[in-house]
Amino acid sequence: MISFNGVTFGYAGANAPVFRDVSFEIAEGELCVVIGRTGVGKSTLLGAVNGLVPHFTGGVLSGAVTVNGRSTRDAMPRDLADVVGYVGQDPLAGFVTDTVEEELAYVMEQLGVAPATMRKRVEETLDLLGIAELRSRALRTLSGGEQQRVAIGAVLTAQPRVLLLDEPTSALDPTAAEDVLAAVSRLVHDLGITVVAAEHRLERVVHYADRVIAMTGDGGVTVGAPRDVFAWSPLAPPVVALAQMCKWDPLPLSVRDARRFAEPLREELARRPEPARGRSVVSGEPLLRAKGVLVEYPGVVAVRGVDVALEPGEVVALMGRNGSGKSSLLWALHDLDTAAASLVPQSPGDLLYLTSVSDECAQSDQDAHADGGTTAALVRRLVGTVDPDAHPRDLSEGQRLGLVLAIQLVTGPRIVLLDEPTRGLDPVAKERFAEVVRELAAEGRAVMVATHDVEFVAEVADRVVVMAEGEIVADGPAAEVVCSSAAFAPQVAKILYPAEWLTVGEVAAALGVLA
Amino acid sequence: MKRELHPGAWWLWALGLATAASRTTNPFLLSTVLLVVFAVTRACRPDRASAGGFRGYLTLAAIVIGIRVAFRVVLGGGGGTHVLFRLPEFPLPTSSGLRAGGAVMAESVVGALYDGLRLATLLVCFGAANVLANPKRLIKAAPAALHEVGVAVTVAVSVAPQLVDSARRVRRARRLRAGGAGGRMHVVRQVLLPVMTDALDRSLMLAAAMDARGHGRVAGIPERTRRWSGVALLVGLCGVCVGTYALLDGTVSRWLGAPALVLGVVLSTTGVVVGNRRIATTVYRADPWRRPEWLVSATGVAVAAGLVAFARVSAGDLNPSASLLEWPVLPVAAFVVVLLGALPVLVA
Repeated sequence: MISFNGVTFGYAGANAPVFRDVSFEIAEGELCVVIGRTGVGKSTLLGAVNGLVPHFTGGVLSGAVTVNGRSTRDAMPRDLADVVGYVGQDPLAGFVTDTVEEELAYVMEQLGVAPATMRKRVEETLDLLGIAELRSRALRTLSGGEQQRVAIGAVLTAQPRVLLLDEPTSALDPTAAEDVLAAVSRLVHDLGITVVAAEHRLERVVHYADRVIAMTGDGGVTVGAPRDVFAWSPLAPPVVALAQMCKWDPLPLSVRDARRFAEPLREELARRPEPARGRSVVSGEPLLRAKGVLVEYPGVVAVRGVDVALEPGEVVALMGRNGSGKSSLLWALHDLDTAAASLVPQSPGDLLYLTSVSDECAQSDQDAHADGGTTAALVRRLVGTVDPDAHPRDLSEGQRLGLVLAIQLVTGPRIVLLDEPTRGLDPVAKERFAEVVRELAAEGRAVMVATHDVEFVAEVADRVVVMAEGEIVADGPAAEVVCSSAAFAPQVAKILYPAEWLTVGEVAAALGVLA
Repeated sequence: MKRELHPGAWWLWALGLATAASRTTNPFLLSTVLLVVFAVTRACRPDRASAGGFRGYLTLAAIVIGIRVAFRVVLGGGGGTHVLFRLPEFPLPTSSGLRAGGAVMAESVVGALYDGLRLATLLVCFGAANVLANPKRLIKAAPAALHEVGVAVTVAVSVAPQLVDSARRVRRARRLRAGGAGGRMHVVRQVLLPVMTDALDRSLMLAAAMDARGHGRVAGIPERTRRWSGVALLVGLCGVCVGTYALLDGTVSRWLGAPALVLGVVLSTTGVVVGNRRIATTVYRADPWRRPEWLVSATGVAVAAGLVAFARVSAGDLNPSASLLEWPVLPVAAFVVVLLGALPVLVA
């Protein structure tokens, strides 16, 4: 269905090509997951399939990409719209019309489909994706998961043979992500659509994948069965990491497969002591104590009288559905004590406005009345060496997050609030960021992280607070809260249920092996 | 659910009222037009994001009147004998024919007020059309030959409300950084730069999404024909603009207006017809043109025709002389005609 034949592509002015001499074929009805570090070119690879790369982005592409027998050399993206459906990273940014129904019809209008057929296909698609009740809603009022499903529906009405999804679940809470992926997997099985999806949250998608396209970062692209790719790839979901540690063969990719192998492991772990979880700093006096926090916007109550206390050395994860009031609570806590608290917002780039990393660092030192070089040193500690002349927009997601975090840490805040920090991070960058968060706590700060990322919570959190409809519905030690509900449980906990083990690291420590 | 009227009907209605307003400087009549437009906009404004911003047009209109009067006060002109007050005069070379400061005449200020009010009314009519008619549906109703324009307008219309969101977000984020205060340039850089880059990113993403979803697919028409149809359309539209302006202005020679308009219409129609053949699109749930649409557009046309006819009969009442400094009369017939323009309150 899709074939790359000796394809090399580089952006104009770039030193190295994004991919070099790449050849592979994807057969009809396959679900492929593209994996790779952030900034390695996963979106570029997706764009190359429908011709957005290079027709829209510029750059030089050599070799041949053919989709359903048509070459992107001759066909513009708009000419391929009936064969390839493309859903970008931010579905809201790609919406052309105002309401769900119009959005679903848009592509058919462009293709010149007869009005009667359009009506029929809109109805079918609404049902297929389970969004029939949303038909006349304004697109801007939908939740993230609903927007993602509408965006997929909006390309499906053209009845394409190929669906390209760029990080379809990154911004979604676990339940919404599950809804979207269930819909996608149904398309593959019922209609035989070929799906190519780029995704960082491997634990969510890997068990659906027929094949994995791994981008190595040096221009190489390897395509293979998930088992073969994860045998060597450093990017792997927890289930694979656990299986590799326990030498399970054949490599399980889903919780179900892993549980079949896990019986002896569960028995073994039952004899070992419970994982030691605890904060390195323990002192009674909370750094922040808020009672009855109430946040209201015109017409909505975002946070309804919530009590929060943050103790030094504690990492608190704030979880809950999209729109449950997590961000509002973080901002309210920040405003309570702006001197002691620093917040890194959801899009950290909003804080940056200078043209180079070194300028940003210097400005930050000056603003905080710190010695020259303080911020730069912090950046180095958090994310390693960053090219000081680079434009902040050109940094990888992880580097940009590190830069903003460093700027926010210069003033020496006792309380650090992070809003959805792991959104664009690949597993390796996320692991490094988890270390950073633990270091911050070890220095006696209180850290609160609003996140959807269950695995990240399992890695870092001491305490988990779950919000719904602006209220706190659960608040307790991480293991207890996370293991008590299926939606919020990390993969390792699901595999080893009913024992409360959260991460591969904990298991490795208990067994005395190096993870 | 209330049905949104065809955007074309609203535009015809607004243009009708604007034409009527352009025929008069009578402050009572202009105020009536303003009131009518305001009432209709309040009553018929649809519940959607892009329907905000009418207040902005009202503010802009007030500013226009202010500027017009301020210029008259400072730079003079318009003649008159009643001195209101004197400003210190700046010597300017007499050959330039300009002066700055000096005696401010009551007549000239009143004249400027009348003029400014007319301009403001035109602006508010335009604003009302923008608010009442859904711009995206208007693009859909427009001929497919205007596709390229359609992309630009769609991107602008969609990104603008998002721009407000991102400005709010960035301003909020700015508070987070230490030393948030700073010079004005600092603020401009801190807020404007991230907002503009965000807007550019979003525009590009939207354009890419439209492209990937088949916007502007070309059916097999040779490149030369395409270019010809494009040029014909553009020249034709210019002709329509010039012709309409000349007809409405009334002071321009009649020999320019009508021929330019006719030529423009012929050329642009040719362009549209040839161009439409190259893009085959269909419309999902086309906006119907039913009785309310007929009524709304008809009221607009009626108001315009009424005032144009009235101007022939008694031009004096429509354009009260500012040099006499007496209260203008409200011509009852014209007043009733303008009131007709409020009919959409009942039908839409």
